[in-house]
Amino acid sequence: MILTRAIGLTLLLLLGMLSPSNAAEADLRAIIAKFATASNFSATEAVVRELAATGDTAVERPLGALAEGDLYVRKADSLVFIGKAAGGSVELLDPLSGEKSGDAAKSEITKIKVNNTLRRAVRDALGTLTLGAKDPAARIAAADTMFKTPDATNIEPLDAAIASETVASVKALLEQARAASVLVSDRPEADKLAAVALIGGRGDRNALSLLTAVEANSEGAVKDAATAAIANINSTLALWDAGQNIWYGISLGSVLLLAAIGLAITFGVMGVINMAHGEMVMLGAYTTFVVQEVIRNSFPGLFDWSLVIALPLAFSVAALVGLVIERGVIRFLYGRPLETLLATWGVSLILQQAVRTIFGPTNQEVGNPSWMSGSFYIGQLAVTWNRLWILVFALGVFAVLLYVMKRTPWGLQMRAVTANRRMAASMGIRTPWVDALTFALGSGIAGIAGVALSQIDNVSPNLGRGYIIDSFMVVVFGGVGNLWGTLVGAFSLGIVNKFLEPYAGAVLGKIVVLVLIILFIQKRPRGLFALKGRSVEA
Amino acid sequence: MRGSFSTITKMFSAGAVTAGLLMSVPARAADDTIKVGILHSLSGTMAISETTLKDAMLMLIEEQNAKGGLLGKKLEAVVVDPASNWPLFAEKARELVSKDNVAAVFGCWTSVSRKSVLPVFSELDNILFYPVQYEGEESERNVFYTGAAPNQQAIPAVDYLMSEDGGSVKRWVLEGTDYVYPRTTNKILEAYLKAKGVAAEDIMVNYTPFGFSDWQTEVAAIKKFGSAGKKTAVVSTVNGDANVPFYKELGNQGIKAEDIPVMAFSVGEEELAGLDTAPLVGHLAAWNYFQSIDTPENAKFIADWHKFIKNDKRTTNDPMEAHYVGFNMWVKAVEKAGTTDPDKVIDAVVGVSVPNLTGGYSTMMPNHHITKPVLIGEIQADGQFETVSQTSGLVMGDEWSDYLADSKDLISDWRAPLSCGNFNVATGKCGGKGTN
Repeated sequence: MILTRAIGLTLLLLLGMLSPSNAAEADLRAIIAKFATASNFSATEAVVRELAATGDTAVERPLGALAEGDLYVRKADSLVFIGKAAGGSVELLDPLSGEKSGDAAKSEITKIKVNNTLRRAVRDALGTLTLGAKDPAARIAAADTMFKTPDATNIEPLDAAIASETVASVKALLEQARAASVLVSDRPEADKLAAVALIGGRGDRNALSLLTAVEANSEGAVKDAATAAIANINSTLALWDAGQNIWYGISLGSVLLLAAIGLAITFGVMGVINMAHGEMVMLGAYTTFVVQEVIRNSFPGLFDWSLVIALPLAFSVAALVGLVIERGVIRFLYGRPLETLLATWGVSLILQQAVRTIFGPTNQEVGNPSWMSGSFYIGQLAVTWNRLWILVFALGVFAVLLYVMKRTPWGLQMRAVTANRRMAASMGIRTPWVDALTFALGSGIAGIAGVALSQIDNVSPNLGRGYIIDSFMVVVFGGVGNLWGTLVGAFSLGIVNKFLEPYAGAVLGKIVVLVLIILFIQKRPRGLFALKGRSVEA
Repeated sequence: MRGSFSTITKMFSAGAVTAGLLMSVPARAADDTIKVGILHSLSGTMAISETTLKDAMLMLIEEQNAKGGLLGKKLEAVVVDPASNWPLFAEKARELVSKDNVAAVFGCWTSVSRKSVLPVFSELDNILFYPVQYEGEESERNVFYTGAAPNQQAIPAVDYLMSEDGGSVKRWVLEGTDYVYPRTTNKILEAYLKAKGVAAEDIMVNYTPFGFSDWQTEVAAIKKFGSAGKKTAVVSTVNGDANVPFYKELGNQGIKAEDIPVMAFSVGEEELAGLDTAPLVGHLAAWNYFQSIDTPENAKFIADWHKFIKNDKRTTNDPMEAHYVGFNMWVKAVEKAGTTDPDKVIDAVVGVSVPNLTGGYSTMMPNHHITKPVLIGEIQADGQFETVSQTSGLVMGDEWSDYLADSKDLISDWRAPLSCGNFNVATGKCGGKGTN
């Protein structure tokens, strides 16, 4: 395989020297036509290599389409086209010019199949071709590809690219790619040592992967240098790993906080053991789904705003359901925790089955808006956007809730009723309505948590089940009745969990956390931050 | 003591069965229907997967009735809901057999639910058709396994990844949910990989709990394991609901199929329905059926399904095909035996051959497993799979894995005179592992 690629690239260089005006279009068409007769993946791969070997940038279009699975053969005349699905039929485009050249029904054309090996071959081929692209992002991608698939024949094109490169950051990447290729070439030892040093400076996993291979395949000074560089990278990465664990812990903590914060109101403040709390989260997630469906069908331009639109709706839906549950069931059961537990458990089953009947038992697709997709790097730490936004959102919800509880008249009444119901009543507070609204608030908060959780979890009728135990754990650990306790509880459980996971595994890690909580509760039955006051015992 | 006790129990159960038959014969003759039991969870965690199978069975029964029923009688579906509750599976199975007098039962999904109903079926002597891929290491007289055994899914999948087409993988992550199917499958795979010369340090095994949703650490660990300069792949036996967050995290952390492909055994069209599959293109799954298979039988099946369920977007999947094959086998065996009497049908099913949806025939083997083609598919942007590799012929289900020390000598053959589910060829005796 390496040999064919080497030949291909040499050919590329030769062609580049012989005909600066690139290969003729007719030749390219002749090669592309061979896709129609390629009977298996390796035959298709040979055609890809042949196309790449022409060195003509015009092959980017057909190769890109092939990797995307958009290249078709028309059955009638065995011509190759790029196909774009348009309604029931497929729009056929010319593979080189991209101009429209007719339509076809799906049955009239056959797709040229691709697999991972083929996609990688296309990526490698495009990497070499896009080295001179105008867009710096394309050049970065090219440098990246060539770094991952080093080849001695890459050195000369890279030298040329480095000489003409103007952007410093791209130039550095190109030099690293060149160094990677030097290591697999038969260049003198001094060059290789310089290359090892250059790659070692990169310090990431790709460099580690490359150097490990170098260490295994070389000897003498190069091997020693590689070993030293690997040790160096490993020690830096170990630090980053610790940082990564903290970040993952914070991120898990933010999810726990979101799930638990509504419960901190209904259970923590009101003392209602609400087993239907998870279902409020689920209702919020389904509201997001419905909002996204409406947007997809009627206002596709608004998709990036779907979550913002879903927030107030999810709050209202969950709060309304919460209000109905409180007025319909829970208010008759105050002071009877066991009955409340069983009744709300029943309510949770009813809600689950209702959603299952209306929406069906299967997962519903909730998409990520573009600003919540992908990740970015801080050093060697990959931070995914959705997790970052969920953290920001969780802290935002917490701040708002804290404000409502501490700074508004309603919050004051809520706290008064919690502290001493009878005295609050005799001061003229309508305690039943405060109860109802508090429960609705807790449920509504659970609803907006559902909007956020729909971004990282399944939207299915079982969504709530996964969070109910964790939520109770956080509230009990943090201290019943204290919002700050919930915050600290959520983040400490998240971080402890994520530090245990790499060593103990996810299953054992969870057990260890549970045991630790049990021990902690033995010592401090009222959690981290216990409420002080006369009524707490009651 | 134990022997005499079990003899007494046997006599009792035999008596009970005879009495049951005598009593049930007039009951069956009285009405002109043959009852078929459907034992799938319609609520609880497994409803997500099993409800579809219930609907598929109702469709198959309706179609059979439209063709004139069976033995001149109409088929009648009896649907019960075991609610994803394993002991309830046994209760509901008993109810189906002894109260509703069903002729056969189609049902179960998880291995634990199957294990919980096994004693009921052997005690009451009825038939269960089990449609889901499973870990093997079992062969029961009353159960017909129409899903894949490990050698019809896991082993060919790993073979594909090792081949040049699959990327010549040298390093393996075995990622699974923590229960019996992934654990047994991974045990078999580990033994198989080691037999193929893979070093122990090139295999990483990791388990997560059911419904796991925070995959950050695991995905980062996969990334780390994959940066050792050797081609790495993940073999995933992650089950059901945990898959969506797993794939979302893979997409977000930028693990591409070209670099570290994930081969899944429990992810089908249904699971992908809740996902944006654009970042997942190229990740793999091994099954015996894909909705995208281009055969006239499959086109008809999909059209019928859409008509029956009144929704063009619903997908079809591998366990549905297993029910399709299993149901047709049962119908053919009943016609062959001329009766729905379970004892006669159990004997008649072996050797029955019916068309499957991938353009061939599946045959029931004497070990109560069926022959199937094995397909490897890559996820496409539209949520479907595209077949990238297919076994040249049919693969026969191997219930006792050849790669586990304590089952490699066992075979199963339910035809007379052997009539044994765990015959040890080394000692020449029936019994050993799997004897209850």
